[in-house]
Amino acid sequence: MTTSTIVVGLDGGEAGNRALAFATAQAKLIGDCTLKLVYVIEWSPFSFQTPEENEQRHVRREEELSLARERIMEPALKKAAEDGISVNGIVKHGDVADILDDIAKESKAQQIVVGRVGLRGLKERMFGGVTGRLAVASSVPVTIIP
Amino acid sequence: MNKFLSTGLGAAAISALPAIASAQDAVGMDQRINDIFAGATGWFVNLIFMSLPGTNFPWIVMWLVVAASVFTIYFGFVQFKAFGHAISLVKGDYSDPNDAGEVSHFQALTTALSGTVGLGNIAGVAVAVGIGGPGATFWMILAGLLGMASKFTECTLGVKYRNEYPDGTVSGGPMYYMTKGFKERGLPMGGFLAVVFSIFTIGGALGGGNMFQANQAHAQISGIVGDYPGWITGIIFAAVVFAVIVGGIKSIAQVTEKVVPFMGILYVAAALVILIVEYDKIGWAFGQIFDGAFTGLGVAGGFVGALIQGFKRAAFSNEAGVGSAAIAHSAVRTKEPVTEGIVSLLEPFIDTVVICTMTALVITISGVLVMDPATGQFVLNEAGTSIKTIDGSSGVQLTSAAFATGFSWFPYVLAVAVILFAFSTMISWSYYGLKAWTYLVGEGKNKEIVFKVIFCFFIIVGAAANLGAVIDFSDAMIFAMAVVNITALYFLMPIVKREMNSYFSRLKSGELKKFIK
Repeated sequence: MTTSTIVVGLDGGEAGNRALAFATAQAKLIGDCTLKLVYVIEWSPFSFQTPEENEQRHVRREEELSLARERIMEPALKKAAEDGISVNGIVKHGDVADILDDIAKESKAQQIVVGRVGLRGLKERMFGGVTGRLAVASSVPVTIIP
Repeated sequence: MNKFLSTGLGAAAISALPAIASAQDAVGMDQRINDIFAGATGWFVNLIFMSLPGTNFPWIVMWLVVAASVFTIYFGFVQFKAFGHAISLVKGDYSDPNDAGEVSHFQALTTALSGTVGLGNIAGVAVAVGIGGPGATFWMILAGLLGMASKFTECTLGVKYRNEYPDGTVSGGPMYYMTKGFKERGLPMGGFLAVVFSIFTIGGALGGGNMFQANQAHAQISGIVGDYPGWITGIIFAAVVFAVIVGGIKSIAQVTEKVVPFMGILYVAAALVILIVEYDKIGWAFGQIFDGAFTGLGVAGGFVGALIQGFKRAAFSNEAGVGSAAIAHSAVRTKEPVTEGIVSLLEPFIDTVVICTMTALVITISGVLVMDPATGQFVLNEAGTSIKTIDGSSGVQLTSAAFATGFSWFPYVLAVAVILFAFSTMISWSYYGLKAWTYLVGEGKNKEIVFKVIFCFFIIVGAAANLGAVIDFSDAMIFAMAVVNITALYFLMPIVKREMNSYFSRLKSGELKKFIK
């Protein structure tokens, strides 16, 4: 693989934007570099659900995916493309840290870039604790943007 | 009342009901409703719980056990052969990562479990052991193990013949495999069976899945805070259930769905601690269970009494063959219907073989059942209907007393658990009832709301009144579901066998692989 890849974790908020901005700058410096933007919808197959939730799960999942694509992924892809960066995006359900790491491994990425949310993260669901877990467990270097 | 319920779960309710009734102003009204209802439905209740000629063995229990045995043999003891694979499936080893975000096997299983784990495991077992002695446990475990095959059959069909609508929602259950499965095999009457099944399901949902639960929850609360009118409990419960099923306030349901498994784990953990502390008696308790299973050890009705009680309580607790689980399991995301059947066989195992046995062991070991030290036989109460207990309690109260010998505070935890179990059972059954309702009257927001409002209304009725006949009738309805459902299962079991053989051969050949994470 000649092209280097950077996995960027988005969270639909400021932290994700900072991560994207940093990764964009890096990609420009590297030159031959693709950004892989990842947005993970927090979800566990081991949660407990009501029968009604189960019945509608498939529909909800589609809705969640298309909303995330439309509101978070599309604007980010557009922005990166405007900056002249080669970019693609993935939206998935699951555990954020696990999925970022899996995708990094799969695409033989050089690093993962995520933004740090700080205290607000408790509410934001996305990167609260994720940065820490990634730093501990990931198989590629992780850059955490403050 | 020499009916199924008076010797069953209802014994606990009945012991608590006079107190509730006395607190009611509307006793006369209740009595009238009771009489009208009993007059109109008594024949049906008697028919369902009729004993086999020359015995006091209800034919419906025999029906369930025979079916479970037939399925066990027909599917080559699938419950033992596929047990390890079931756990592997629940862990998600065979789930496609690209399906992340869909209903997992684990979720389908736990959703179904929250509908079955409940009063049957706490009150029902106490009734079984109280009447049939520890030996009833042996038959309960056996019925639980056999019932796994019934679940396997109905849940495989439930997924295979579910309806997937253009909007992406799914509906499954016996009414769909009755119509579609029968059509596929060229059999008549599928539509008729589906309609009858749906009617019974609505009855079961309003009764055993609702009024009975509300009634028991109220008995628990008033047992702790003192007596007060049941309609207050009923209105509170109805309001919360209304908020969840009509208001769509998911947070309440989500909280319950998280707390209920926790309660289940806490219950089993408490039982385990008691058993560990009294470990020297475990051997003796199992001895009691095995001896009692065949000799009766002086309990009411001897060994036949133990057998009937064990089978009855297992059937009531794990609902294997009733068809309700087929509705609950059908939302799972899988390309192979058999996988959900395999997962579902864990349900009677967890419900009956693990949790019910824990309850039975704790009751046996705790010494709440009075035994004659000279003969080693149990002492019957004055009426001779069940074993004498140290404080004269039965049902939930007996379980409570047994656990209190280990932890004095446990009755409070148990009360909370009973209330939550009752609530989660209501939520589950409101869904089963709704599916049957929409099958009959058609889908549509307004039609659904009509049923949901009726459902909430019956919660108040169930908590407020001493409607023994209504509850008898509703229990009869749940078992009537099994009559229709198992009839259909007999006709459709070759389809399940074909699916099962195909699945296992592909698994063996390596065509179906684990997804490596």
